Amino acid sequence: MSLDAATVKHIARLARIGIQDTEVARLQGELNGIIGWIEQLAAVDVEGVPPMVGTEQAALRMRDDVVTDGARPEAVLSNAPGRNGLFYTVPKVVE
Amino acid sequence: MLTDLSIADGLRGLRGKEFSAVELTTAHLDAIAALNPRLNAYLTVTAEAALRGAGAADAALARGEQAPLGGIPLGIKDLFCTEGVRTTAASRMLENFVPPYESTVTRQLLRDGAVFLGKTNLDEFAMGSSNTNSAFGPVENPWHRTGDDAVLVPGGSSGGSAAAVAARIAMGATGTDTGGSIRQPASFCGIAGIKPTYGRCSRWGVVAFASSLDQPGPMARTVEDCAIMLRSMAGYDARDSTSVDRPVPDYAAACGRSLKGVRVGIPREYRADGMPSEIEALWQQGISWLRDAGCEIVDVSLPHTQYGLATYYIVAPAECSSNLARYDGIRYGRRVEAPTLDGLYEASREAGFGAEVKRRILIGTYVLSSGYYDAYYLRAQKVRSLILRDFTEAYRTVDALLTPTAPSAAFALGENMDDPIKMYLNDIFTVPASMAGMPGLSVPAGLDHQGLPLGLQLLGRPFDEETLFALGSAIEQAADFRRLPSVTAGRVR
Repeated sequence: MSLDAATVKHIARLARIGIQDTEVARLQGELNGIIGWIEQLAAVDVEGVPPMVGTEQAALRMRDDVVTDGARPEAVLSNAPGRNGLFYTVPKVVE
Repeated sequence: MLTDLSIADGLRGLRGKEFSAVELTTAHLDAIAALNPRLNAYLTVTAEAALRGAGAADAALARGEQAPLGGIPLGIKDLFCTEGVRTTAASRMLENFVPPYESTVTRQLLRDGAVFLGKTNLDEFAMGSSNTNSAFGPVENPWHRTGDDAVLVPGGSSGGSAAAVAARIAMGATGTDTGGSIRQPASFCGIAGIKPTYGRCSRWGVVAFASSLDQPGPMARTVEDCAIMLRSMAGYDARDSTSVDRPVPDYAAACGRSLKGVRVGIPREYRADGMPSEIEALWQQGISWLRDAGCEIVDVSLPHTQYGLATYYIVAPAECSSNLARYDGIRYGRRVEAPTLDGLYEASREAGFGAEVKRRILIGTYVLSSGYYDAYYLRAQKVRSLILRDFTEAYRTVDALLTPTAPSAAFALGENMDDPIKMYLNDIFTVPASMAGMPGLSVPAGLDHQGLPLGLQLLGRPFDEETLFALGSAIEQAADFRRLPSVTAGRVR
């Protein structure tokens, strides 16, 4: 499998990372190098092997469905790059 | 010199009133002021808070209280959120991020009386093996090749922590290890470092990279010091859903424990193309040290070792692409304005992330994307099961494994930079245990012909860090590793 320039741009778009047209060729080379290398896993016989999820050292546990934190809007907003009162600001998304 | 003391000796001296915590912290702050402009091991120095903490430690000592780390000055990897202190993950994205909360691990260290000197440099978002991916400049390894001033990398991603401890501008430091980020820099800088079992230390408040692999751990100049620190760092935390609720043993008590009858496996697959013969020789030396200490040496096979790295470079980027989706330029972190919301996301992330972080997000996005998920991600999870099975099988017949930590000594700044995969190969011996969630300890064991430190790695059963500390202290004692780096507090070549 080899990524073409359009796929590189599509992946960058999915990841919401802006890339310049001048970067595409370099990224294409690097990503193809890495993808080509990880394709060695195709040689492993995984027939009947269950996928490992997490590291299986412990099962996820249930917790009580109660509020344990909150009501600290100033702390939550303290690193906001743009705010208006107790709200984050974003560019207008509804016309 | 006070900066040369181990944590264990520092605690004895403080409790015996030979010196005060303020004196101990001041000695380290002075050394940081002298060496950090060159080493760049600290991104932020918190001198005032450190002196306040040291004063409080002295007051506690005067009251007769003996906190487990009372008055011990430490460096904190800048991936741990520290309340009111800038936490950058060495990224432009978080250049001005000031957490309103304290990570669980650092809160526990403070609870036990530790003094924080500052935040240490790292590869951006802990992605790298050389510390050259930091947005705030590389770290200089305090070691140099004999008769050669070339600047060497400290390894990574916990490179600032490793360099600070080796240069004696911290008595110990926290690190995090996703694929080798504690063990490889420990090996490159001639110090000890342990990646505990996944779930042993809470990840809460640690900037996330690959959540099924990330694990905090201690880095220090002796195995016993790592054991002392781990006791404070480990423990159950309800705020980390993968934290494991088991008692925390007195790890330091395991150091020096008898090794009679302990079975140590030597995995035949832990050899890399082009690995220097000195590393093979050191490994053989380690085997004979452990045999002399009473261990039984057993040849074992971990047949899927060769697939560890490729599996890692699917699983870790996949998790990173998901975890780093949170950096959107809206709630915190860098923001670059644009007329549309998507434009703001794209511009903020383009400006905020460095080249390696972008590469890994893109790889992760690709392997998780529609049509490729089964071929890459699902297959990698299955191979991960096979890697885990290899270890589980091995631990039926042996108590631990001995391997080299890294396939080379520290390399020069600029080497291994032309090809990302060449850099990835640094972690060939550390990644498999990360994939399996098993603990691993790197111990400084010798020097190569250029006078650079080399580490040996001990891997163990889940939650059996004590056996690693016992084996590690035996290697440490046999190796009698005393050589100092060329740049240390009070002694600059």
